[in-house]
Amino acid sequence: MEELLEILKELHPEVDFEKEEHLIDDEILDSFDIVTLISEIQEVFDVTIDAKRIIPENFNSAKALYALIQEIEEED
Amino acid sequence: MLFTSYEFLGFIIVLFLLYYLVPKGLQWMLLLAAGYVFYAAADPRYLLYILATTVTVYLVARVIERNQERQTLYLREHKSEMSREEKKSYKESRHKVRFRWLLLGLLFNLGILATVKYANFFISNVNGIMGAFGGTSRLSFVTLALPMGISFYTFQALGYLIDVYRGTVPAEKNFFKLALFVSFFPQLIQGPISRFDDLSKTLYEKHGFEWRTVSFGLQRMLWGYFKKMVIADRILTGLSCIIDAPEQYHGAYAFVGMLFYTIELYADFTGGIDITIGIAQVLGIRLQENFERPYFSKSLKEYWRRWHITMGTWFKDYIFYPISVCRPMQKFSRFSRAHMGKEIGKRLPVYLSSFVVWFATGFWHGASWNFVVWGLLNWLVLMVSEEFEPLYERFHKSFRFSNTRLYSIFQVGRTFLLISVLKMFDCYSDVATTFRMFGSMFTADNWNALWDGSLLDLGITAADYGILAVGTAVLLFVGLLQRSGSVREKAAARPYPVRAAMWFVLFLSVLIFGAYGIGYDASQFIYNRF
Repeated sequence: MEELLEILKELHPEVDFEKEEHLIDDEILDSFDIVTLISEIQEVFDVTIDAKRIIPENFNSAKALYALIQEIEEED
Repeated sequence: MLFTSYEFLGFIIVLFLLYYLVPKGLQWMLLLAAGYVFYAAADPRYLLYILATTVTVYLVARVIERNQERQTLYLREHKSEMSREEKKSYKESRHKVRFRWLLLGLLFNLGILATVKYANFFISNVNGIMGAFGGTSRLSFVTLALPMGISFYTFQALGYLIDVYRGTVPAEKNFFKLALFVSFFPQLIQGPISRFDDLSKTLYEKHGFEWRTVSFGLQRMLWGYFKKMVIADRILTGLSCIIDAPEQYHGAYAFVGMLFYTIELYADFTGGIDITIGIAQVLGIRLQENFERPYFSKSLKEYWRRWHITMGTWFKDYIFYPISVCRPMQKFSRFSRAHMGKEIGKRLPVYLSSFVVWFATGFWHGASWNFVVWGLLNWLVLMVSEEFEPLYERFHKSFRFSNTRLYSIFQVGRTFLLISVLKMFDCYSDVATTFRMFGSMFTADNWNALWDGSLLDLGITAADYGILAVGTAVLLFVGLLQRSGSVREKAAARPYPVRAAMWFVLFLSVLIFGAYGIGYDASQFIYNRF
C-alpha cells in the first residue's frame, strides 16, 4: 500500500489519497492520470491491468486500487 | 422524417398515444416497430444495413458469452485435476477464441461503416496520389447509400459487443430486444451513444403514464425545438451565405461566420439532443446526458468533458484505454522512460495514444481531411496545455487575480474563441480555405461591415438579428440558471400560473419565431451527417 500511495502522491501531491474516496467521480484523476498510474503500477507491482478493469469503482480510492492489484496478483 | 417536420410530429403523437394504450408488456415491441418505420421512412434500403449490424452483433455476443460459460463450467468440473499453469493456459486459449470472434464482429461492422462512409474518400486520395506521380488513370467513385446515423448505431452496437467480451454486461438473449437497443429511434439521428447496461435499465421496462415524467419530457422537447428552430435554423441562412462564398465574405465576415457557426452548432446539436432525450422521457426511458453547459468551460480539456460526452467516453473507454494499456504501448512506455528520462518518458505513451484517439475522432466526424486536421489540432492544443500545466500552476499561485471571477470570465471567453476557431475546419470543410479565412481576419480591412449595415445583406433581416440576440441571451440565461440544477425542476416549484405562462411563451416563440414557412427549408441536424 505504501508503494501505491507513493506513486499516487507523485502524480498529485496536493491530494490526500488515504482519505479521498471519489478520485474519479470528483474528477481528481483524469484519463491521462489513470494511464500514467497504470504504467507505474505495472512497473512497480509487475501486474497487467486490462482496459476492462478501468472502471470508476477500481480507481475511486487508493484502497480500491490496491484491492484491484491484489486481485490481479492472486489471479496470476 | 425530420424531427422538425409535420410528419414526425404526427408520428410521435400517434406513438405516444399507442404507447400508453397498448398492454405494457408490448411497449418495447411498439418502439422497435416505430424505429424500423422511422428508419424505413428515410430510405427502406437502410434497414438492410442496420439489420446486418444487429444480426452480427447479436450472434457474436452470444458466441462469446457461450464460450465464457463453457470455460467457467470446464474449470469448475476439472478444478482438482488441473495445475495452476494448466488452468492459465486453458484460460488463455479460450480467451484467444473469444478475441477472434470479437475481432470478426468489429471488422465486419467497421468494414460496412468504412465502405459506405469512407470508400470515396479513399478513392479520391488514391487518385490524388496517382495524379501526383503523373498517372492518368483514375479509379471511379462508387455510389452507395450512406445510412442515416450509421456512425452512431454502429458505435453503440460495438460498445455493447466489447462490453460482452469484457464480461461487464450479459449478452442479450432476445434478438428483438437487442434490435431495439440498436435502433431506438430518437437517438438514431445523432445519438447520444448509449451503453447497454445503462439504457437497458429503462428501455424494456413496463411504463405507466406518469404526468410529471411526461410533462418534463414534453418541456425538454419544446426547449430543443426552440434551440433548433428559433436559433439554429434562423442563423443558418446567414452562415451558408458566408461559407458558400469565402472569397467574397472574408475578414470580418469570416469572424462573424465563425461565431454564427459556433452558436448554430450548439443550438442545433444540443437542441436535437434535447428533443431526443425529451421523447425518451415521455416514453419513460432515461437516456444519458450528452452536454453539460460546454460553452462555460474554462479550458479545452474541460470543454471536451462537457461536449458530446457520450462520444468522448466511448472513445476513451474503447480506444484510448485499450491502446494505452496494450502490451506494445507498455513496452514503448518502458523504452521511453529508459531513454528519454522519467518525466517525458512517462507522458509520451499517453500523448501517442491520445494522438490515435484524436485522429479517429476527426475521422469519425467525416470522410475528409478537414476533420482529421480539426481532430489533430485539438490534440495539439490539449498536449501543449498539458505540457504547460506546471507553468499555469505557478502563474495561478503567483498572481492572485487569477482566482477572481473576472479572470474566470476571461478563461471562458478565451476557450469559447479557441473552440470557435477550431470549429472553422468543420464549417468550411476545406483545410486550405479554413487557414485562408482565419488569416483573413488579421489582414482584411473590412471590419466596418460589422456596423455599416452590410450584415443585413446575408439573408438575415434586422428582425432576425433581434430574435437571434434575444434567443442567444435566453440560452445564456438558462445556462447560468442550470449551474444550480435543473431549470424544469425550478419551474415546477413555481405556482401553476407562472410555470404555465412560461411554457406557453416558449411554445408561442417556437410557433411564431421558428424558422419555417416561405423562404425557409426545414433543415436536417448537422450531426446527422456524421
